[in-house]
Amino acid sequence: MIAEIGLAALWLAAALAVLQMVSGAMALRVPEGEAAPLAIYTRPAAIVQAFLAVLAFFLLLYSFAVTDLSIKLVATNSHSMKPLIYKLTGTWGNHEGSMLLWVGVLAASGGLLAAFEKRLPERTMGATLAVQGFVALGFYAFLLLSSNPFERLPVPAVEGTGLNPLLQDIGLAIHPPTLYAGYVGLSVAFSLAMGALLTREVNPSFARAMRPWVLGAWVLLTLGITAGSFWAYYELGWGGWWFWDPVENASLMPWLAATALMHSVSVLAARDALRTWTIMLGVLAFSMSMLGTFLVRSGVLTSVHAFAVDPERGSFILALLGLYIGGAFTIFALRAGAVAEGKRFAATSREGALVFNNVMLSAILAIVLLGTLYPLLTEAFDVRVSVGPPYFNPASAIFAIPMLLVMAVGPLLRWRADKPARIQFEMLLIAAVLIGAIALVSFFGSYPFLPLLGLGLAPALAVAAVLPLRGRNLRRVPAATWGMVLAHFGVAVSLFGMACEGAFTQERLAAVAPGGTEQVGDFSVTLESVAPVAGPNWTAIEARLAVRQGDGEPVILSPQARNFWSPPQATSESALLTKWNGQLYAVIGNQAEDGRWQIRVWWKPFVTFIWYGGILIALGGVLAIAGRVRVDVKRRKAVKLGDARRADLEALGAAPVPAE
Amino acid sequence: MIRAAFAAMLVLLAVLLPRPLGAQDTMPPAPYAYNQLDDPRLEAEAAALMHTLRCLKCQSQSIADSDAPMAGDMRHQVRSRILAGESPDQIRSWLIARYGDYVSYEPEVSSTTWPLFAVPVLVILLVAGVLLRRLGKRRSDAGEAA
Repeated sequence: MIAEIGLAALWLAAALAVLQMVSGAMALRVPEGEAAPLAIYTRPAAIVQAFLAVLAFFLLLYSFAVTDLSIKLVATNSHSMKPLIYKLTGTWGNHEGSMLLWVGVLAASGGLLAAFEKRLPERTMGATLAVQGFVALGFYAFLLLSSNPFERLPVPAVEGTGLNPLLQDIGLAIHPPTLYAGYVGLSVAFSLAMGALLTREVNPSFARAMRPWVLGAWVLLTLGITAGSFWAYYELGWGGWWFWDPVENASLMPWLAATALMHSVSVLAARDALRTWTIMLGVLAFSMSMLGTFLVRSGVLTSVHAFAVDPERGSFILALLGLYIGGAFTIFALRAGAVAEGKRFAATSREGALVFNNVMLSAILAIVLLGTLYPLLTEAFDVRVSVGPPYFNPASAIFAIPMLLVMAVGPLLRWRADKPARIQFEMLLIAAVLIGAIALVSFFGSYPFLPLLGLGLAPALAVAAVLPLRGRNLRRVPAATWGMVLAHFGVAVSLFGMACEGAFTQERLAAVAPGGTEQVGDFSVTLESVAPVAGPNWTAIEARLAVRQGDGEPVILSPQARNFWSPPQATSESALLTKWNGQLYAVIGNQAEDGRWQIRVWWKPFVTFIWYGGILIALGGVLAIAGRVRVDVKRRKAVKLGDARRADLEALGAAPVPAE
Repeated sequence: MIRAAFAAMLVLLAVLLPRPLGAQDTMPPAPYAYNQLDDPRLEAEAAALMHTLRCLKCQSQSIADSDAPMAGDMRHQVRSRILAGESPDQIRSWLIARYGDYVSYEPEVSSTTWPLFAVPVLVILLVAGVLLRRLGKRRSDAGEAA
């Protein structure tokens, strides 16, 4: 029954999406100011649709929790012996389930928008919700017609096949839902941009309505990428934290667009400039989300040929992609001319710096997009090329380095127009730190160019991040400014981690007999013993490594080589020793003929800063949201109070009239 | 005793669970697959090269990041050739000759890869154009206004 209710809920939600679309469009048919009779259904349709889609997702979650093996999806992706947490996370560890999560989040954000956004004119709101309904409808169709998550088996399976062991990890519990919420949160920015464009309401009050959605989606994307990078780092067993893998790029591209959009929407809200930019970036950001979904979900990455052989799902998403992105850019091209450009500004102004960095972010986005799609394109013509770190690192650095330098001084500039001479001292200080750090590092050793530059930029950016607070009363600084300072500081922290990992990592790979000792950095690692252990759905061999730093007390690390039996697969469970200044990363490999064990140990100085930085960046975003919401609530209160007072005055003024 | 039980279990596992690359798994890995070169300078050279070579059996992993037996064999090839005095570029060309362009993560300009280099140049020009239009003109406007 549960599965049927879920399926029915999805069909009903799809029907409501149609109602939402039609009713929202009706609001556009009548002239401004008049009430459209059908338009009243838009908001309720969005809210009920959100409820139904979320309900469908929870019903699937329940089916996974109780391992209902009569449902095809559960039988092919779960196993009755799995720990409960991985039964639950298995819900989105597969194609259909993750698309249901996607659609659920899409509907939920539409519902939240309909329920709580009261500032925008009804016409704009109607157009926005109509677009949101239109987008949702396409993905309902995708889910219902080509990836039904609730499909039953004619005969219930005796036992499930199990979940890919790499995905049986707590990282997977957090990473995809966060990332999806971020991806799909951008749909609201997209719908709002289209709504504002259609009703010619591109103005600061529109930007203020859009900002929390962009910030929220951006925070979630940041956290999702950070969690994903950490997961890849400790789960894949080789200590890499970013591989420029197409799946990673699929999450990086929306983030780059969202970062640019977030800055642009702030300028629009504060200064009424960059109107067309904001709209374009709003369309771009969600387009990248959909492209990411296509890349990950169509199977095109495993092999273009596999995709060509079984193209149903892929072509469906590709068609949706073409429809939405093509449609949006067509409307943009038709209407952009009608949007006034907004307030003007000089090149050396805060807006100027933001424009520069938005262009740089877009350029990095273009490089990542090219490097990700090009191999797919040539593969279709049977030419296989690989594009990897040696391409992405320098090509994106061309744009990232000027961007980081401008990021250092941008917040110090005034709005509209400024003279560089005014911030001479700050610029000299940043340059001094940059050059000093590079000189200091190159004095102690020779390192590759990019890590070296990173080691110089990181402290310079850290100093630059807190400079906007100089000479200000810290208790009066708005929360949003603290958010900016924190996020920019986070960039410096993260960059420091990346540069240190690139420059100072020490590696030791060796075959060790029990009792043997290896040296990495100033740690000595002794293999004390190797023993078999068993878990709920795996067996493993576990090494006991005694790690001593200098003459210190030994710490025991226990890396495992696990063998899962359903589905059969081997994974390395790394063991990490976290110090304030880095991480020791240990992995146990196979046993050699002569009885010695392969161990791999890395000392990675400050590698943890990469993810600390990511968390700081996200925290900055949260602070900015909190600050904006507080100001907004205050403003609403003040408006209410003012209205009440005005009403009182009018009542006072009007009262004597009937008396006379 | 534990060791014997463990060995029995491993044998049992190996029999019960034929893995995709079972045949290769049973062969011991080549000496330099999991062992470093003694000379740290040569090892650094080899490591840098290995990070830019694709593991052909994996999805988007370099041979320096993979447990696949084939990646192990390729690491052995790279390390032993570095030890024999070959330069990283020579080894890369040898691998490309053997496995095709696909093996190298570092695309070189060729008839099939030129857009990878042409497009960034275009992007740079485009970026310069957009910035000049948006920011350059503004300055003159501001100048006139002032």
